[in-house]
Amino acid sequence: MMLLRYAVFRLLSMLLTLWVVSILVFIIINLPPGDYLSNQIAELRATGQAEGIAKVEFLRKEYALDRPIWEQYFIWVGMMPGPNGFSGLLQGDFGWSFEFDRPVGDIVGDALWLTVLVNLAAVLFVYAVALPLGILAAAKSETWVDYTAGFIGYLGLATPNFLLALILFYYGNKYFDLPIGGLMGPEFEGEPMSWDKVKSILLHLIVPTFVIGTSGAAAMMQRLRANMLDELSKPYVETAIAKGMAPSRMLAKYPLRMAFNPFVADIGNLLPAMVSGSVLVSVVLGLQTIGPSLLTALKSQDQFLAAFVLMFVALLTLIGTMVSDLLLVLLDPRIRYGGRET
Amino acid sequence: MTSLLEVEALTIGFGDAPPVVSDVSFAVEAGQTMALVGESGSGKTLTCRSVLRILPEAAQVRGGRIQFSGSAHQVDLLKAPERQLRSIRGDRIAMIFQEPMRSLSPLHRLGNQVSEVLRLHRSMGPTEAKRRVLEQFEKVGFADAERAWRSYPFEMSGGMRQRAMIAMAMVAQPELLIADEPTTALDVTTQAQVLGLINRLKEDTGMAVILVTHDLGVVANMAQHIVVMNKGRVMEAGSAADVLGAPAHGYTKKLIAAAPMIPDVAAPAKPATGKDVILDIKNVTKSFTMRAGGWRKPVVVTACKDVNLQVLRGKTLAVVGESGSGKTTCARVALGAERPDPGGEVIFAPAVGAAQIAVHDMTPTERTAFQRQAQMVFQDPYSSLSPRMRVMEALTEPMEIHRLGSRSERRDKAAEMIRWVGLDPEMLNRYPHAFSGGQRQRLSIARALTLDPKLLVCDEPTSALDVSVQDQILSLLEDIRDRANLSYLFISHDLAVVARIADEVAVMRAGVIVEQAPPDTLFYNPRHPYTKALIAAQPEPDLARPIDLELVSKGAGAPTTWPEMFRFDGTSAPALRELEPGHMVRCHA
Repeated sequence: MMLLRYAVFRLLSMLLTLWVVSILVFIIINLPPGDYLSNQIAELRATGQAEGIAKVEFLRKEYALDRPIWEQYFIWVGMMPGPNGFSGLLQGDFGWSFEFDRPVGDIVGDALWLTVLVNLAAVLFVYAVALPLGILAAAKSETWVDYTAGFIGYLGLATPNFLLALILFYYGNKYFDLPIGGLMGPEFEGEPMSWDKVKSILLHLIVPTFVIGTSGAAAMMQRLRANMLDELSKPYVETAIAKGMAPSRMLAKYPLRMAFNPFVADIGNLLPAMVSGSVLVSVVLGLQTIGPSLLTALKSQDQFLAAFVLMFVALLTLIGTMVSDLLLVLLDPRIRYGGRET
Repeated sequence: MTSLLEVEALTIGFGDAPPVVSDVSFAVEAGQTMALVGESGSGKTLTCRSVLRILPEAAQVRGGRIQFSGSAHQVDLLKAPERQLRSIRGDRIAMIFQEPMRSLSPLHRLGNQVSEVLRLHRSMGPTEAKRRVLEQFEKVGFADAERAWRSYPFEMSGGMRQRAMIAMAMVAQPELLIADEPTTALDVTTQAQVLGLINRLKEDTGMAVILVTHDLGVVANMAQHIVVMNKGRVMEAGSAADVLGAPAHGYTKKLIAAAPMIPDVAAPAKPATGKDVILDIKNVTKSFTMRAGGWRKPVVVTACKDVNLQVLRGKTLAVVGESGSGKTTCARVALGAERPDPGGEVIFAPAVGAAQIAVHDMTPTERTAFQRQAQMVFQDPYSSLSPRMRVMEALTEPMEIHRLGSRSERRDKAAEMIRWVGLDPEMLNRYPHAFSGGQRQRLSIARALTLDPKLLVCDEPTSALDVSVQDQILSLLEDIRDRANLSYLFISHDLAVVARIADEVAVMRAGVIVEQAPPDTLFYNPRHPYTKALIAAQPEPDLARPIDLELVSKGAGAPTTWPEMFRFDGTSAPALRELEPGHMVRCHA
């Protein structure tokens, strides 16, 4: 009951935050002088292509870029009627990409779920690697196990991702016959989902997951190890040993539960860090994620595309934070009952 | 007949250093309590932990034998394989620790943590285990065992947590209980009740107890056999009657002499006559509003209510009470760190006839002057001195802040003050870590004195120290008070400490002063049940004066459980009445 109330409260505050983020995103995108269309008009004028200007002017009107900025914002969000009535984010219309000359929805459509897929895989990879290694490193601290895990971790942190990507591609292809580049075999692009397509995607996911996840896993492993070491010196660990618990069981039940909090709290940060961190990797690996589109959009002031991508990353962040907050409440009675009268 | 536990020539050391426990031998008989007594650094904790082999990783057992002769085991615990030791830990030999706050996992319900012992050592179904645990909870004094089962440790007070720890240790009915300073972190009335509980459980089950403590008063109330340790060696061992009644070793004598005691008073004190007040606390009430977050209603907590206190010039006013009684809030209000609720005020009179300062309504100049004249000595000498500052810097810093004197004058003053507190000026160039707890407390006193204050607020200045050191610090404080004509506001939870230094004692409970009188009057004729409980709960190293648990339980409960004349609920306390000159008690007429 109490948890449900908290969830509703968090959801409302999340929506509010999202709204504020949308304002910020819009302002930031409009900060540089000019916009994509005015740049293009200037270019067309300079080259004397007068007939193109009419189309661009039409687009300006169509997307209300000739109106004051605050009106543009409300039209974009869909809280105010534009030239075509209410048609904004709230109505599911993400706007027009001038650079690609297609609706934003079409461009990011496929990339959207591929982005989620790649990053989800990377997050799972991070947790799957960091959890056992971090615990092991703490439990066997200052032995060769700890040092080896630490060394691998630092190596992961220090190697530039794109370099790692190239190396893995080369050797992965040479020894394991892994595919190079892309997220699926070229023959499946645009095809409807099939078993073969899924297999192809999974095969293509291996290297990107590894590349994007390594540094996150290394950092998280170090954090978990430090947390565990802190917890291991707490008196309640001694109590558990004095009860006669076996070390492995004791470790899992007491200090790990305590060290888990920051681990869970990280979910929120991990998602956006990976999405933005994977831009370069996506370019290098030729992944059809949202990252490369963001890069192009920002470079050419393609405002609706850029704004949509930024909003999407913000949404991921907020969902991540919310998930981690709810998990924390479930995990830690001190948060759950913090306000309960004693 | 063999003893239950025999420790022979136990030697423990760290690295290449000389051993910190050397050649320690003693025996624990079934059904008896053996006390391991010593000050911090005596090796008593390492000794008792080596029985269960839960030593710090760096510690090495260099020799000796710990023979455990339980009903099912005949084994040298130092050589037993880990697996066998695990089956003994928690089952045949259980342990309770000093800090009930931190010795339980905050994330697991008490029922889970306690029943775990049964799950580990008895093949017992969950229903059966729960029944046993609930039984045990009732035995250790939880009124609602079912509720305790569901509770998390952070929902309970220190005393209740320690009861839960005891339940956890007792649930498997061990043959030997090791209690490592089980009551040191507790209030004195709670301590009395917990000690009583351990004694009762021991009688009921016939287990043996190893009680590790620094407090000879506790020992006198608990132990049949005593081992006194100092610097890793056994100084003296014998029956309680012998060791306490006729101590043979000089160290034991010293410990007994230093143990704080409530004096026997033959006659009440004459009421004080002087009315030269340096600090006048008038009608101070302080309430805090706690925001619970979310949509919950804020809760108002009244930390102290209707406090009227006067510190006389050159005298010591002591405020005594348990944790949460509001005594520290009083001190903070007195120093201007907290603003009292409207209607209360604090008046400071720096000198006879000088202009009076209202502490909560000062101009910036007055504030600076006040801060110079009223200084504070803190409880924990380990955390109140910056580890990165040399003693010289720590002592001259207050003068720098107040721009007093030249650099060399400040240094001279620091050297003078460090001599005052009985240390050597050569020590000024050292860092605090080079000093012991007692020396550090001397340093913080010296630091407070560098500004030539008129008033010193001492917040539990001796609570973190060993008894013998405690005694020295109290002497020092008395000496300085008389030498510099200082006035003290002395905050403490320990009536015995206060007994010796105070000219006037105010006993606080639940945010109000329940009784106020000069110490002699208070000890000669305590009127309030809570004061009586405090006096009765004081453990003294005298077998003839055991703790009177009945008196303790009468006064230590909530104000609603007090006798009719003193009873009150919430903040509707009766007025403080002067029953005889200079002796005030909060009671109904």
